[in-house]
Amino acid sequence: MTITVNLNEATVNKVLAKHNNDASMLVAILQDVQTELNYLPKEALVTISECLDVPLSRVYSVVTFFKAFSLKPRGRHSIHVCMGTACHVRGAEKVLDKLETDLCLCAGETSTDMKFTLETVNCVGACALGPVVVVDNEYVGQVNTDKVKSILESCK
Amino acid sequence: MALIQTKNIRLNSKKELEDHRDGLNFNTQASQRVITVCCGTGCLAYGASKLAQAFRDEIKSQGMELQVTVKTTGCHGFCERGPLVVIRPENTLYQRVKFGDVAEIVTETISRNNVIERLLYSAPGSTDKITCEHDVPFYKKQMRLVFGANGYIDPTSLDDYIAIGGYAALSKALFEMTADDVIDEIRHSGLRGRGGGGFATGAKWQSTREVDDALKYVICNCDEGDPGAFMDRSLMEGNPHSIIEGMLIAAYAVGAHEGYIYIRHEYPVALQNAELAIKQAKSAGLLGEAILGSEFSFDVKISQGGGAFVCGESTALMASVEGRVGEPRAKYVHTSEKGLWDHPTVLNNVETLANVPLIINKGADWFYEIGTANSKGTKIFSLVGKVNNTGLIEVPMGITLREIIYDIGGGIPNGKKFKAVQTGGPSGGCLPEDKLDLNVDFDELSKAGSMMGSGAMIVMDEDNCMVDIARYFLSFLEGESCGKCVPCREGLKRMRQILDRIIAGDGQEGDIETLTDLSEALTMGALCGLGGSAGNPVLSTLRHFQNEYEAHIKDKRCPAGVCKPLITYNIIDGNCTGCNLCVKACPVNAITSQGKKQPVILDQTKCTKCGACYDVCRLDAVEVK
Ligand SMILES: Cc1cc2nc3c(=O)[nH]c(=O)nc-3n(C[C@H](O)[C@H](O)[C@H](O)COP(=O)(O)O)c2cc1C
Ligand code: SF4
Ligand code: SF4
Ligand code: SF4
Ligand code: FES
Ligand code: FES
Repeated sequence: MTITVNLNEATVNKVLAKHNNDASMLVAILQDVQTELNYLPKEALVTISECLDVPLSRVYSVVTFFKAFSLKPRGRHSIHVCMGTACHVRGAEKVLDKLETDLCLCAGETSTDMKFTLETVNCVGACALGPVVVVDNEYVGQVNTDKVKSILESCK
Repeated sequence: MALIQTKNIRLNSKKELEDHRDGLNFNTQASQRVITVCCGTGCLAYGASKLAQAFRDEIKSQGMELQVTVKTTGCHGFCERGPLVVIRPENTLYQRVKFGDVAEIVTETISRNNVIERLLYSAPGSTDKITCEHDVPFYKKQMRLVFGANGYIDPTSLDDYIAIGGYAALSKALFEMTADDVIDEIRHSGLRGRGGGGFATGAKWQSTREVDDALKYVICNCDEGDPGAFMDRSLMEGNPHSIIEGMLIAAYAVGAHEGYIYIRHEYPVALQNAELAIKQAKSAGLLGEAILGSEFSFDVKISQGGGAFVCGESTALMASVEGRVGEPRAKYVHTSEKGLWDHPTVLNNVETLANVPLIINKGADWFYEIGTANSKGTKIFSLVGKVNNTGLIEVPMGITLREIIYDIGGGIPNGKKFKAVQTGGPSGGCLPEDKLDLNVDFDELSKAGSMMGSGAMIVMDEDNCMVDIARYFLSFLEGESCGKCVPCREGLKRMRQILDRIIAGDGQEGDIETLTDLSEALTMGALCGLGGSAGNPVLSTLRHFQNEYEAHIKDKRCPAGVCKPLITYNIIDGNCTGCNLCVKACPVNAITSQGKKQPVILDQTKCTKCGACYDVCRLDAVEVK
């Protein structure tokens, strides 16, 4: 346990140094820390608050304001279903339905085996290909209920 | 992508920039053929990056590196047909190119000058093959002033941008114009902001210029939270230097020395390319201290957004740049006077800024000639939804919706009927068929009860339900509301609940009136534009599609077959051949086979109305009612 905390601390310090401990970079710092640790553990937020001299309450309010941040650990594979307008009119709802049924998860949840996190997002800027699903940062376009199966199979 | 610039040069004067450009022209003539592979987000999703690598390997293995350049570019707009490959200078367009086509393209088209028919585009319903990019109907009616360069340059190469005339407008502004001249030029061009409101850019700059403060800022808004829009993303990814150049000119005009580009984190390539462009511009002396040897200095940083729609709003965006929660404040003092850290700040949209170098280069008169009386220039739209050619288009203001949807977009897929086009995003509205001949510009769209907004155009066909669309926008905005003011926080929730009820079949007499009242209350009472325009999608669908609302409320019926509680899936026995595709597709085993060639049976009590059976049936044997 202590080892992970230390490792986390080192990662956080590295990110803070990259941004010169600049408080105006708070969102980018949180973003980078989350990329490294896959979520934002409490200790990381405390360190960030202390090093930037920003009240912990404000760090929390920023973290909970933006949808991109997660205070809970996430699964090994992240699946984001785009629910933007362009995807919506082409049946994104059905795609989400199918994923929720197949994974036995509701949007926003992580499977108990930590394999998948299912999330929704409002437009990832690939609207021409809607409905779009982003699997581990790779875009899959023109998804239908049929394609969902192969998407899940590709996540080993 | 090649991340290194060939030469690390510093340009210390206007002349050095021009000489450098001349040198580059010479080089481009030496390598005659260019294979451009679109590596915008759409084409990447279809495997464009592997394709580009395959071209590089093939060129190398055939020993043609000296004669042929492989160039990865940003989005060309025609994402529907990706991955796109264009061979220049002939501009032969190959679409839906696969890994396996690479060797043939190099051998046939590059070495032997033969066109490969199979990879050419032909319009839906036609067998005529079109060879040249410019002859494709999708491109023909467009006027790609801002967006056109995307298809020609490698966004990671400063030299590519300089070769097509990049930073000439900056040097013209710095050395031939005063700050007032620049503002005059922008004002006379008639340029209005492309971020949504359509505010006159020249007037905005003027008011910041007039404030007496040593510290001023220029911010580029690349938040693009509007679902369905991706032009800002594609510009930032495909031509980041043009935006930096626009910012430099704005900064020179208003007297700013620091700036930010605000990019949402969902756009990693935009972030990466903007960061690289800043680095390149700095090392070339185009950004930083003593730009091009002049007395002007300006520096740009990137600020990341965290994916909150409201952060596109000017005051919220600035709060977010300052590292605070992105909540709007009342605007009794304009941000042009008191913006970022209380200093005068110019905030402009990506596309607005990309127009600036063009106007400075070609002059206000040239720009003023394009477009309509009060909307000048072109606008980039993202044409998406139920339309054949989805993608990004740039058209002169004043073009009709019909030209956009039918001539450029190629009409509605699968022989379906057009129902509506939604413009302006969550702040905009839906326009029905009888508005198709409307001339698209800021004022005409507003008059029709919609908006220009960021330029998303979402086409809908008979299978889309307008009540569902209204509900969609409300629940989107409800989720995005910052919750600071009561009309927005409570009003949106109430409206969404009413629509939920209507969709569930519990609509009541008087619901339409309540929705109208609440929409109007929001317009009057909300603190910022998010709540202030939230009623638009409801009001415009009520205005043009009241019969659909009535069908839901009075007849408990969803005419488009979308709203789950009001529909059932049924098997049409006469059409069903018992192929059992739907049996396999149904996640809850609601369909059972009755043996070969016998129609299947659907158990309504088990059916969750997921629609999987409808999607897989090839014989129209599943109906939704
Ligand atoms: C809720 C809300 C969201 C907005 N989102 C954006 C956005 O994503 N991008 C943008 O350029 N402008 C957005 N705007 C408009 C900006 O606040 C601002 O008016 C614009 O960036 C000014 O640039 P322009 O004058 O070049 O249009 C939004 C406004 C509101 C009220
Ligand atoms: S209108 Fe909505 S988003 Fe805007 S300040 Fe009020 S609550 Fe926040
Ligand atoms: S897919 Fe269509 S044709 Fe085949 S069994 Fe189902 S309903 Fe019948
Ligand atoms: S709609 Fe879905 S649940 Fe209902 S029968 Fe068809 S596949 Fe099964
Ligand atoms: S709406 Fe889904 S990618 Fe834009
Ligand atoms: S991403 Fe290739 S054309 Fe748009």
